[in-house]
Amino acid sequence: MINYPFDLATAWFILIGVLLTGYAILDGFDLGAGALHLFAKKDHHRRVILNAIGPVWDGNEVWLLVGGGALFAAFPPVYATAFSGFYTAFMLVLMGIIFRAVAIEFRSKEESTKWRGFWDKAFSISSIILPVLMGVALGNVIIGVPLDVEGEYAGTFWTLLSRPFPIIVGVTTLAMFMLHGAIYLALKTSGELRDQVRGWLKGTMIFYFVSYAVLTGAMFLWAPQMVAKLQAMPILFILPVLNVLALANVPRELHHGRDFLAFLSSCFSIVANLALVGIGMFPNLLPSFPNPEYSLTTLNSASSIPSLTVMMTIAIIGVPFVLAYTAAIYWVFRGKVDETHLHY
Amino acid sequence: MSAEILARIQFAVTAGFHFIFPPMSIGLGLLLVIMEGLYLKTKDPLYHKMTRFWVLVFALTFAVGVATGIPMEFQFGTNWSRYSRYVGDIFGSALAAEGVFAFFLESGFLAILVFGWNKVSPKMHFFSTCMVFMGSIFSAVWILVANSWQQTPAGFRLEQTATGEVARITDFWAMVFNPSTVDRFTHTVLASFLTGAFFAISVAAYYMLKKQHLDFARRSLKIALSVALVASVAQILVGHASTQHLVKNQPEKFATIEGHYDSTKPVDLTILGSYNPQTNETTGIKIPNMGSVLIDGNPDTKVQGLDSFAKEDLPPVAPVFQSFRIMVGIGTFLLLLSLVGTISVFRGTLENKPTLLKVMIVSAVLPHIANLLGWMVAEVGRQPWSVYRLLRTSESTSKVVSAGQIAGSLTMFIFLYILLGFLFFYLLDKRIKAGPDADYDEPEPLESQKLKLFGAKVNTPESTEAKS
Repeated sequence: MINYPFDLATAWFILIGVLLTGYAILDGFDLGAGALHLFAKKDHHRRVILNAIGPVWDGNEVWLLVGGGALFAAFPPVYATAFSGFYTAFMLVLMGIIFRAVAIEFRSKEESTKWRGFWDKAFSISSIILPVLMGVALGNVIIGVPLDVEGEYAGTFWTLLSRPFPIIVGVTTLAMFMLHGAIYLALKTSGELRDQVRGWLKGTMIFYFVSYAVLTGAMFLWAPQMVAKLQAMPILFILPVLNVLALANVPRELHHGRDFLAFLSSCFSIVANLALVGIGMFPNLLPSFPNPEYSLTTLNSASSIPSLTVMMTIAIIGVPFVLAYTAAIYWVFRGKVDETHLHY
Repeated sequence: MSAEILARIQFAVTAGFHFIFPPMSIGLGLLLVIMEGLYLKTKDPLYHKMTRFWVLVFALTFAVGVATGIPMEFQFGTNWSRYSRYVGDIFGSALAAEGVFAFFLESGFLAILVFGWNKVSPKMHFFSTCMVFMGSIFSAVWILVANSWQQTPAGFRLEQTATGEVARITDFWAMVFNPSTVDRFTHTVLASFLTGAFFAISVAAYYMLKKQHLDFARRSLKIALSVALVASVAQILVGHASTQHLVKNQPEKFATIEGHYDSTKPVDLTILGSYNPQTNETTGIKIPNMGSVLIDGNPDTKVQGLDSFAKEDLPPVAPVFQSFRIMVGIGTFLLLLSLVGTISVFRGTLENKPTLLKVMIVSAVLPHIANLLGWMVAEVGRQPWSVYRLLRTSESTSKVVSAGQIAGSLTMFIFLYILLGFLFFYLLDKRIKAGPDADYDEPEPLESQKLKLFGAKVNTPESTEAKS
């Protein structure tokens, strides 16, 4: 067994966490906006919502792809076990992603109300199902899934859905993304639609606070190892506290018309949540429950040091460029959108 | 059907469908770089119009390419988990590089390419076009590195772990430049240039035949046919070289392609024909000893035939043998078509040749067929291995995934892809019929755009307030 103190495997654990957090922050707002899409009743409002995410949603999804690729590269057994074990769930996620992409691309290419109505529903429903499925997957990973001695998944699709904790994580993920999406829309819209978004902000905030409270309770009931980690390192309590403060800051910033700061607060809240999950799980990547000795961890699942070194070099060279031009592209598309100027 | 067969069918369906789109994106990307570059150089608004039109087609192709590409990355884990464990240490770094260097680049700058016409300066827009094209090329590099490693593994060692044997990387550059990477990358990228070029040729020939958008059609044809001519000549040379290299790198595949059984005899070249597995002979139109001549110029060269290998180590002959011939036939035909087409378009006689134009319209489908068949030669020709001589396909599947689960997902994929294919062609047809003049705004004169900085134009506070 490989064993070295602060090692490359730990660095990759963190890096994958960063990629998935980046994904949650970025795709989170466009999934959230999609989940709210049907609440906008007027065709040109729906067009504005699509315009608001139009130039960026595709790039946002890349974070998930790269996160998945990094998991494959850095921890092949985890990738292999999770993806084959959660087969049906992942297939549903894939279908959802494809269907959603198709809906965004094709929705406005025809004038007919039926055509648009169909793709609007497809877009919105897939934007709701995806965060729930991803949250359910995360919830299962947090509390552990049945693994056998070979590190293969020993449950079924229904195992993943049969426990309350993952379901609660799924709902909370949806709520978190919906709030995040509503803030993004507040940032990008104006006029009548902006007034409507203000109503959604209230609704999603209540939804998120309630589900977050339920999740916190559920953690004490069903995720004792997370609680134990918190008790062992009480400094970690700062994360949920910061999360609540960041969330409470959202209405304040919105009230003062500082939409962008409200958006940053929401980003910060997502970071705090996922950091808590990451720290709580480390060094487990896929804990085994009920046989913790079969868990897949950074110690028994990492790729070889040469492989991790090569990938780290690639990341160190590539990531600064990615961050720089991603920021530049967001800068180009900053500001409010209307229903016409992204017509293509 | 067994889970293994179903998993293979699912991979073939999803990869085969996906593989329609990226080659088109790469090929159209090259045309966009040429057209927009010419626009900046000559300031001729026709080039601007051409770039605008092809960007829209490109965006459609790209979108479907991304949507169908996502399942490819996840499918290694879902359906081929033992393979993933085996190759992760090696394959992973290529995929990671693809993500970091290619995916972000393509999808990020695509936003500016499609939506940024009025938001950035023309030079910045051209830069974005180049970045999208470069991203698609990088993507091809890394995916072909990974795929070539499966064909000709290098730069690794094997290690026994608690859950089985795995390959570990020892030399990154030997892995990247494994013996077949360069051949397969050049071959695939040239095929992509041909795919994009013949697609553009087809659309422009359609306008020419209908006597619509004639200036647009003429100029698009000149560019696309020139690209096609250069690429098809280069393709024949590269294809020839990569087949020569097979003799050494993957002799089983070479023997299968040529239907060459007897190791003690020189290789004949079968132009058209078939391989009889009972008699182990190929029949049809043959040139004796020509296969040997093509290997190294010597008609007496002998190479390993199918008889040198155990039967369980050989791929099925018929599909590989026939796919190869049709692919080469298409390649040759495309070379002739682009030669005749280029001469006609530059002499200005193409407009009076309706038959040639009709052939060009239909020919858009040929590079796709050749791509698919070439991929069959490569992948079916590698069987029974998923990693050549190291890991059998039958030992690569996911243990915990049942045939029923795969049948379910396969059904969903087929349903979804039929829908997607239908929509793609419907919208493509609509876009082509609408023509380059639809939704087209003349550019401002380049001089007046010079002052505009990156992003400084549309969202001035006045314009936002005015709209709200």
